[in-house]
Amino acid sequence: MKHLKRASLAGAALAAGLAAATPALAEGGAHDAAIAARKAHMQLLKWELTTLGAMAKGAIPYDAEKAASAANDLKALAGLDLHNAWPEESDSDMNQNTRALPKIWENMEDFGKKYGALQAATEAMAAAAGKDLDSLKAAMGNVGGACKACHKEYRKPKDG
Amino acid sequence: MGLAGLAAFWWLTRPVTAPPHVAAALAGLDSNPQRGALVFHASGCASCHAAPGATGEARLVLAGGRRFPSPFGSFVAPNISPHPEHGIGSWSLTDLYNALKHGTTPDGTHHYPAFPYTTYQRIRLQDVADLYAFLQTLPPSDAASLPHDLPFPFSFRRGIGLWKRLYLRPGWVVNGSLSHEEARGRYLVEALGHCGECHTPRDSLGGLDTARWLAGAPNPAGKGRIPNITPAVLDWSQADIAYYLETGFTPDYDSAGGEMAEVVENLSHLPKSDLMAIAAYLKRVPPMPDPPGKP
Repeated sequence: MKHLKRASLAGAALAAGLAAATPALAEGGAHDAAIAARKAHMQLLKWELTTLGAMAKGAIPYDAEKAASAANDLKALAGLDLHNAWPEESDSDMNQNTRALPKIWENMEDFGKKYGALQAATEAMAAAAGKDLDSLKAAMGNVGGACKACHKEYRKPKDG
Repeated sequence: MGLAGLAAFWWLTRPVTAPPHVAAALAGLDSNPQRGALVFHASGCASCHAAPGATGEARLVLAGGRRFPSPFGSFVAPNISPHPEHGIGSWSLTDLYNALKHGTTPDGTHHYPAFPYTTYQRIRLQDVADLYAFLQTLPPSDAASLPHDLPFPFSFRRGIGLWKRLYLRPGWVVNGSLSHEEARGRYLVEALGHCGECHTPRDSLGGLDTARWLAGAPNPAGKGRIPNITPAVLDWSQADIAYYLETGFTPDYDSAGGEMAEVVENLSHLPKSDLMAIAAYLKRVPPMPDPPGKP
């Protein structure tokens, strides 16, 4: 009995220690809404790129009006500030549903600069997409470059 | 007996260099730095040898310093800028050939296979000459190369001679009758691009398991897995694969990240026909399903 009591005390102490050491598990999903919001933002960017990319690849015929419309949406999306969707501790160490590396918050200035590069690339795309197919293709390369620059540095690789 | 064993070991592990007829053939080639630039980008030299974190034009300063963790210790990429003292500015064309083809240094020791000469051994002489000419045009860096951080026995370079006997196998991995485009893709992947160095699993001695060529592997940096890119898993169209290699966009417009973002930066310098060739080759690789229970 005495033994058992001591063991359970030790267990409780251990559990308390663990809880203190791993706030993510204790707080469970405090940042889920912010993470969902920024993922949705990415989905929308992808959605607009689907039209532009299909034209760049030649999978669908070039249509200046459709291209310009998608590019304007893309620019508007990249123009969103969304700072508040990236709160402290919403990183991949503390949360299972994101691949955003903790290093983002250690390098917030550079992260912001890279987001700025995406804004510039999408502005250039908005100016180019309705012009002709070659302009669209070239602008697409720069948008891709901006996506990669950030994902290279700040996104955790997939598990599969 | 002990002496004979030692002699046999010494013979088996001797670093190989170019025979006279190859050195003569190399010396007779015209070289072109513009073509060499394509060899450079296709081979991804900057991915390892540019200073850590370098972007844009700075990736052409091959100062080295990037660290590569492995189960055998930590390798550090050396300075291969044309600096005469700290880089490879004093190397001859044959020295570069010996490094790429045989993994042998100018002073006759073994390079560690972190330098992927298991791939580069298939490079054509003309490409070595062009690459040599291009490397001379790059800015020199006076950064000193740092030593690798390896425990014994891996710190003992002579032993790499045995490793080479096991794993430095000439010839192609994918055989059979290939179209001109597929064969070009095979050259780009198996001789220059060294895709297999990350996408193919390794055995306990660090040799590539070519029976599971490009079938995916753990990431040596410890995060995630390098994906299976055989047709069993990579079901993108040829045009989609080529577009990914050019821009980093997946068919659903996610983008490449991590190490692959750098690979795309390199490959975006190649003509589209080469990217289509890589894609055509990937369609010809034997399909290897992922093992059940893969994470």
